Amino acid sequence: MILNYSQPLELSKLTSWIDTALQSALPGFWVLFIELLLVGIALLAAYAVIAIILIYVERKVTAFFQARVGPNRVGKYGIFQTIADVLKILIKEIIQINRVDKFLFFTAPFFMVVASMLTFGVIPFGQGLQAIDFNIGVLYVTAVSSLGIIGVLLAGWSSNNKYSMIGAMRSGAQFVSYELSAGFALMTMVVLSGTMQLGEMVETQRYCWNIFNGHLASLVAFVIYLISGHAETNRGPFDLPEAESELTAGYHTEYSGLQFGFFYLAEYLNMFIIAAIAATVFLGGWMPVQIWGWDAFNQLMWYIPSYVWFFGKVGVLIFFSLWVRWSFPRLRIDQLLNLEWKYLLPINLVNILIMVLIVLSGLTLTDIFGK
Amino acid sequence: MAEQIIFYILAAIIAVFSVMAVTSTRLIRSALYLLFVLLATAGLYLLLGYHYLFAVQTAVYAGGIMVLFIFAILLTQKPGERITPEPLKQRVLAIVLSVAGIAFCGHIVYYNFNRVYSFVKEAELPTKQLGMTLMGTEKFQYLLPFESISILLLACIVGAIMIARKR
Repeated sequence: MILNYSQPLELSKLTSWIDTALQSALPGFWVLFIELLLVGIALLAAYAVIAIILIYVERKVTAFFQARVGPNRVGKYGIFQTIADVLKILIKEIIQINRVDKFLFFTAPFFMVVASMLTFGVIPFGQGLQAIDFNIGVLYVTAVSSLGIIGVLLAGWSSNNKYSMIGAMRSGAQFVSYELSAGFALMTMVVLSGTMQLGEMVETQRYCWNIFNGHLASLVAFVIYLISGHAETNRGPFDLPEAESELTAGYHTEYSGLQFGFFYLAEYLNMFIIAAIAATVFLGGWMPVQIWGWDAFNQLMWYIPSYVWFFGKVGVLIFFSLWVRWSFPRLRIDQLLNLEWKYLLPINLVNILIMVLIVLSGLTLTDIFGK
Repeated sequence: MAEQIIFYILAAIIAVFSVMAVTSTRLIRSALYLLFVLLATAGLYLLLGYHYLFAVQTAVYAGGIMVLFIFAILLTQKPGERITPEPLKQRVLAIVLSVAGIAFCGHIVYYNFNRVYSFVKEAELPTKQLGMTLMGTEKFQYLLPFESISILLLACIVGAIMIARKR
């Protein structure tokens, strides 16, 4: 049921215009080729721009949390600070280190970037702004994001440095255990919405977000997903793989220039990806706030384009992540693993069972209130 | 045409890296080459339209088993050192065995190729159908094998814990 609400600022008009223009001018193979190329370029550009914005936002927000001013010299409010940093990192020398396994040393950063880049393909940035809508979207996200850890392990080992090695081992243990929780939390929501396709998931949340729809169980899954997602990105209270005071910088100590930039980029983009998946699965993705029967209100909401909704929701979640990062002290490794294996995982398993019971006995909000 | 080009690229990756995985003298590099082979195989599944198999291949092999391999190598061996090559007698034996294996598999694949081909459909396999097939009890549904494999895995886990906890 595609709605008749007018959507003046939607980007899908632009994309369909490009498509028809190409179709009329070129044979099928070249249309496909050019469109794939355009999608690739658009995603890469989005990747870089989002990273730059996130780095600036993080620095500013961090500064406010610590009662500082933050970057304020380059441009008004320091908005060109990260761009200057990017230029600096691009022209920095890539240092050749003696006695390392060169091949693995150079391969490792690419794993990180490719893993987060692959996830970008399925994130629905807005209505029609999704590169590919797999029918196993959620599973795909968990599958490809698990590639990044191989990059971390290889980087840590091939640096030929004890601190890097310890950082990589910690990171490996942490990632493997928290991936389990994140996956289970997402599966809880798959049980609720009955599909793994991200596009369809957004569509089913039109009048009631998943987080409200499954009330108790959804809320638990949401909190668990945020915690474990946060842990997967090696940030916040879970940043012990790169604990500066103990391990200098963990697995990327020996990297410099653009290679370090790759790790840095991947870290921020992973934060974005976690927030984006959480927004899509729990908070309705790009779907504007809609209330059944209130047509005028719904129309008003549709005047705000869907990508603004998406980035708004993601922004709130990212702010949340920064808030947590600067509010809690770092965990010890045993506390970290205890939290996952003794608390989150059992809660999660019980939670899936509760969710199944809720769905089977028709106690979701949409079941209770009709629409 | 595009599909054929992609297929040839993937096939070349699989062939080259599987040879390199065997011939490399450094253990951890072999593991990495094996990972490339597994990922290229996942790409083949994607090309066939078997998205579920693609995701499982990536998650289980790349995310699970390879991490385990790398961990195991890092914890047990001295991963950077070159492995001394095996004596000639064992190498000849290995070559004979692998040629026999290729012949055996080739025979099966060659004579059953047409039958397999008729099963491979172009259409995307819906995840729901897959779930029903795995968890159903009717004809052509596989709940019993699924559950018995689960019990086997559980037994393996319990056994592993028993071995690990022995002081």
